[in-house]
Amino acid sequence: MNRTIVDMWVGIFVVAGLGAILLLALRVGNASATFNVSDTYSVYADFENIGGLKVRAPVKSAGVVVGRVANIQLNSQTYKARAELAIDKRYQFPADTSAAILTAGLLGEQYIGFDAGGDVENLKQGSVLQITQSAIVLEKLISQFLYNKAAEGGSSDKAAEAK
Amino acid sequence: MVWGARVLKALASGFSHIGRSVVEGTWRLGYASRFLALVLLRSGLSFGRFSLVVRKVYFSGVQSLIIILVSGLFVGMVLGLQGYETLVRYGSAEALGTLVALSLVRELGPVVAALLFASRAGSAITAEIGLMKATEQLSAMEVMAVDPIARVVGPHFWGAVISMPLLAAMFSAIGVFGGYLIGVVLIGVDDGAFWSQMQAAVDFRHDVMNGIIKSAVFGFAVAAIATFEGYDAPPTAEGVSGATTRTVVTSALAILALDFVLTSFMFTGQ
Repeated sequence: MNRTIVDMWVGIFVVAGLGAILLLALRVGNASATFNVSDTYSVYADFENIGGLKVRAPVKSAGVVVGRVANIQLNSQTYKARAELAIDKRYQFPADTSAAILTAGLLGEQYIGFDAGGDVENLKQGSVLQITQSAIVLEKLISQFLYNKAAEGGSSDKAAEAK
Repeated sequence: MVWGARVLKALASGFSHIGRSVVEGTWRLGYASRFLALVLLRSGLSFGRFSLVVRKVYFSGVQSLIIILVSGLFVGMVLGLQGYETLVRYGSAEALGTLVALSLVRELGPVVAALLFASRAGSAITAEIGLMKATEQLSAMEVMAVDPIARVVGPHFWGAVISMPLLAAMFSAIGVFGGYLIGVVLIGVDDGAFWSQMQAAVDFRHDVMNGIIKSAVFGFAVAAIATFEGYDAPPTAEGVSGATTRTVVTSALAILALDFVLTSFMFTGQ
């Protein structure tokens, strides 16, 4: 086969292959939303209970993904879970921002929600979030509900007897 | 006494049979490693005449395009149909995009593309090199002081290594398109949810890059096996046909075994 035709086909082949990688990156993988290590800063948050939070779970503020959970470790002094959050440098938050572990949907994956505070100073690399809210554990919630129901039932019986 | 001698003789021949096959297997493994090292060492010479490599990219990459694209489209469409059947029971048909994209990018794209590549291009490489050896073209080159490893084997090897990741990426991309065709166009899953859930779940570095690394490793394995089997083939018609079969079988086993090893390194601990 003619050499220029071979060259042309190989050129088309390579360009199509690179195009497929680009397509996978942008259309399928949404590379624009994944942050590079270089342009993030780390803040830390201590939680009583992280529930089902996983590394690489999103950090959202007002529903917008602003970062990801980089690391989760148990602090053996306080027995609290310390989550390292890699936040995109484009987003700055006040120093008294609070973090809560929330669930997407009823049984969806868990993520960290940021509620911006009113401090004039911003969070810096290595800051620790002071206000945190742990994950809601469904079993605890149900047992609390049953306990309250039982208590209510008992008191209403007593009220009936008093009458 | 006679019986004892017979039993001893049978035992000795059994042991020597096992021993011979172990020694031969080890020798062949060492020969293959030396061959691979030689190909890599002399790849500078192959790249020096880059038009040869380009020609082999055409031979193993461009000519495999049709089978890769058609198979990718159908694998994606089947994933769309089967995934929808299962997901709709749990009321989460919108996760179809995630299912199709993750299974293609992480596993099916690299593995199925590599299996097809081994049977389409790997066997052709073995047959070509084996026949060149059988018709003494390789020996003729050596007589003319042309190194057959740099002139014939190297371009084949690098052509396959370059083609494989590109083919796997195209397989995954057209597979996602096939899943889209079935899921969104035919069944009627919501278009926005299909893409947005997919984009939320697929991470570029963790999923797409690891898939590309996988396909590059598979390409390397297939190229090494195919060129070695061709170079090592007995110079007869039967020898070349046996070598071609061995290429496909060994490549398939190597791809699946490597896939397990790579997956256990890449996608665990999450």
